[in-house]
Amino acid sequence: MSKIWLIAQREYLTRVRKKSFIIMSLIGPLLTVALFAVPVLIAKMSDSGKVVAVADAGGLFAGKLPEAKDDISFTRVSSDLVTAKAEFNKAKYDALLYIPKLDISNPNGFQVFSRKGLGMALERDINRAVNNAVENQRLQKAGIDRTVLDNLKADVDLQTVSLSDEGERSSSTGISTGVAYAAGFLIYIFIFIYGVQIMRGVMEEKTNRIVEVVISSVKPFQLMMGKVLGIAGVGFTQLALWVVLSMGISSVMAGSMSPEKIAEDRMARTTAVARVDTPQDKSAKKENMMAQFTQALDNADLNVPLLVGCFLFYFLGGYLFYGALFGAIGSAVDSETDTQQFMMPVTMPLVLTFVVSQAILTTNPNGQVAFWMSIFPLTSPIAMMMRLPFGGVPMWQLGLSMALLIAGFVGAIWLAGRIYRVGILMYGKKVTYGELSKWLFYKG
Amino acid sequence: MKPILQALDVRKQYANHTALDGVSLEVPEGAIFGLLGPNGAGKTSLIRIITQITGADAGEIRFRGEKLNPSHIGQIGYLPEERGLYKKMKVGEQLMYLAQLKGIGKSEAQQKIKGWLERFDIKSWADKNIEDLSKGMQQKVQFIATVVHDPSLVILDEPFSGFDPINANLLKDEILAMRERGASIIFSTHRMESVEEMCDYIALINRSKKVLDGPVRQVRDAYRTQTYEVEGRGQLMVMHPDFEVIEHKERENGHFYDRIRIVHGTPNDLLRYLIGPGNVEIHAFRERVPSINEIFIRRVRETQPDYVPDTDSVLV
Repeated sequence: MSKIWLIAQREYLTRVRKKSFIIMSLIGPLLTVALFAVPVLIAKMSDSGKVVAVADAGGLFAGKLPEAKDDISFTRVSSDLVTAKAEFNKAKYDALLYIPKLDISNPNGFQVFSRKGLGMALERDINRAVNNAVENQRLQKAGIDRTVLDNLKADVDLQTVSLSDEGERSSSTGISTGVAYAAGFLIYIFIFIYGVQIMRGVMEEKTNRIVEVVISSVKPFQLMMGKVLGIAGVGFTQLALWVVLSMGISSVMAGSMSPEKIAEDRMARTTAVARVDTPQDKSAKKENMMAQFTQALDNADLNVPLLVGCFLFYFLGGYLFYGALFGAIGSAVDSETDTQQFMMPVTMPLVLTFVVSQAILTTNPNGQVAFWMSIFPLTSPIAMMMRLPFGGVPMWQLGLSMALLIAGFVGAIWLAGRIYRVGILMYGKKVTYGELSKWLFYKG
Repeated sequence: MKPILQALDVRKQYANHTALDGVSLEVPEGAIFGLLGPNGAGKTSLIRIITQITGADAGEIRFRGEKLNPSHIGQIGYLPEERGLYKKMKVGEQLMYLAQLKGIGKSEAQQKIKGWLERFDIKSWADKNIEDLSKGMQQKVQFIATVVHDPSLVILDEPFSGFDPINANLLKDEILAMRERGASIIFSTHRMESVEEMCDYIALINRSKKVLDGPVRQVRDAYRTQTYEVEGRGQLMVMHPDFEVIEHKERENGHFYDRIRIVHGTPNDLLRYLIGPGNVEIHAFRERVPSINEIFIRRVRETQPDYVPDTDSVLV
C-alpha cells in the first residue's frame, strides 16, 4: 500500500509541476469565463441605439410613434419625402421610413431609405412596427380596442412538477438539462483527458524501458494502481483549480460587466437619443425575468447534496473504470499508432452515450434506453449523471447502477492488471485480441 | 560456502514454449556467479522469477534458506537487460524514488545517494534531468539505481550490452568492489568470454535446461584436453606415440606454431622430448585451456551431436 502511495505521489508531482498543467489550469477557467463574457462584450461594443426617422404622410403613426425597443427608436420628421430626405441626411439618422398616403385595407408603398443597408434586425423591427400600426388602425375601424385584444391573448407558464415516490417536487426542465449537460460533459472530458494520460504514462514507461526496473521492486498491479490514483489526483486538482479560478474570475468580471448593467447602459443611451421616457413596465418586466430565473433555480429543487455526491462518485468511478482499461491498452502496445485498434471499442460506449444524450437522455430521462444506459457500467457514469438532475430516478436504480459500476471497475482493474503485467514486458510485438485474451490466463 | 540463493527444480511454461525445465542451482554467498547460455536459453526467465517479477510454475527459490517472498525485494538489486530511466526526472529525485520503492526510508536513501554520487564524482548532476545527460552519464545513474539500496544480491542481465567501454570497466571495478564488501553477484550473459575471467562460479543453461555448473576452475579442469601450444624456431619433428600434433603452422624465418595433445605422459615429458634433439629453440609452451564457450559447445554436443552455435554465442 505504501508503495502504491509512493508511485501515486510521483505520478502526481511530476504532472502537477509540468508547465502544461499550470497553463491548462489557467486557460481552462479563462476559456469558461470567455465563453460567457465574449457575447456580453460583443453586445457592449456593438453600436448603440439606432434612430429611424419617420416621414408619416399617411398619418399611420398619427397618435404616437412606436415605442423605443431594444436599441431602436423612432423620431418624427417632415412628412414630405423631399424635406424628410434632406433632414435624414443632415441629422445622420440610421434609416428613413416613408409612409405614403394609404388605403388601410390594402396598404402598400412603404419605403425605407438607409445609407449603408439596413441589417436584418432593423428591417424586421421596422416591419413589425408598421404591421402593428396597420393592425391597430384596422382594429379601430372594426371597433375593437387594442387592450381588449391583448387581454384575450394567452401566455401561460408551465410549471413542471415531477411526481415520484418521495412526493411531488417542482422541476425546471431547462435548469435540469443544463445541469445534466454540464455534469455529463465534465465526466466525459475528464475520462478522456486523464484516461489517455494513463495510457501515455504506461507507454512512456514501456518505451523508456524503465518498467522492468520498477517492477522488480513493486508488483505490476501496484504500479498500475499508483498511476491511476496519482493521475486521478491530478485531475481533481485541475478540476478544483478550474472551479475556484472560474468563480474568482467571473465574480471580478461580473462587477464590471453584468448583463443587467449592460442592458441599462444601452437603454440609457437609447432613451437619450429617442427622448422617450423609459416605460416603467419595462424594467418591471426585466426584474420579473430575473425573479423567474432565481425562482426556477429554487423550484428546480435539484437535491444538490445528492447530485454533488453522485457526481463525485460517477466522476471517480467512471475514471477508475476507464483508466484501468486505458492503462491496459498502454501496456499492450509499443507506439501511439498501435493504440487505435484497442481505443475504438473502449471509447465507443463513452462517445455513444454523449452523442445520444441529447436525443434520448435529456428528452426522455426515464425511458427504457436511458434506464439501461444508466445501469450498464461502461455508459452509466455519463448516462446516470444526465438522468439524475431530472429527478425521478428510483433509489434502487441508482443503487444498482452504483453497485454495477463498482463491480465493473473492480473487474476492469483485474482484467487490466492481467494484461498489464504481461504487456509491459512484451516488446516489439504487434498484439492481437486473441493474444490479449490469452494473457488473461497466464499464471503468476 | 553457504548459498545466498538456491533454485530447486524450477519450471516455467509459457503459452507455446518451455522457458525453464527443472533448473536447480546454487549461488554461493560473496561470489560472482555467471549465468551463461545463448539467447533464448531461459536466463531472463529465471532472473525474472528470482526478482519476483513472475512466479515459477513449479519448484522453489530460496533466499538464504527462506522461501523467496516480497520481504526479500529490498535485498536484491536488478539491472535488467531492458533498462531505462524516467527522462524528465531529476537524477537525485529518480534515485530517491527507486530507492524508496525498494523500501528504504527517505533519510537513509538520501545518505546513500549522496555517497554514490560522490563515489562516481557526479554530485553536480543531482539536479539535472536525465534527458540532459549523455548516454554514458545515464549509464552511471542506471548502475547507481541498481545498487543504491546496498543489496546483498546483485543481478546483472547482459550488463555490458549498452555500456560504453569506459563504463563497462567502471562496472567491472564496482562489481569486484562489491564482492569485496561481501555482496553476491549474478551475471547473466550470452557473451561468455566477457565474464569468464571475473566469475568464481558458473552455470550453463541451454534450451531451458541447466547443462553444467560449478566453480570455474573445477569446470575448466574437468574439460582439460591435455593440449599444449608450442612456439619456437627450427625443424620440429614429432614422431612419438605419446604425443599427437593437432595443428602445425610454419611461419616466416623458420618459426612455427604447434598444438600438441599429450596422449600419455606429462607436460614435462613433452617438453623434454621437444628440446631433446637440440635443433629446436622453444619460445613458448603453455596449456591450451578451453574457454567456457568451447566447454559449452562440447557439453551441448554430447547430447545434440548436430549442435551448431548461433553466431551470437560464438566466441570471437
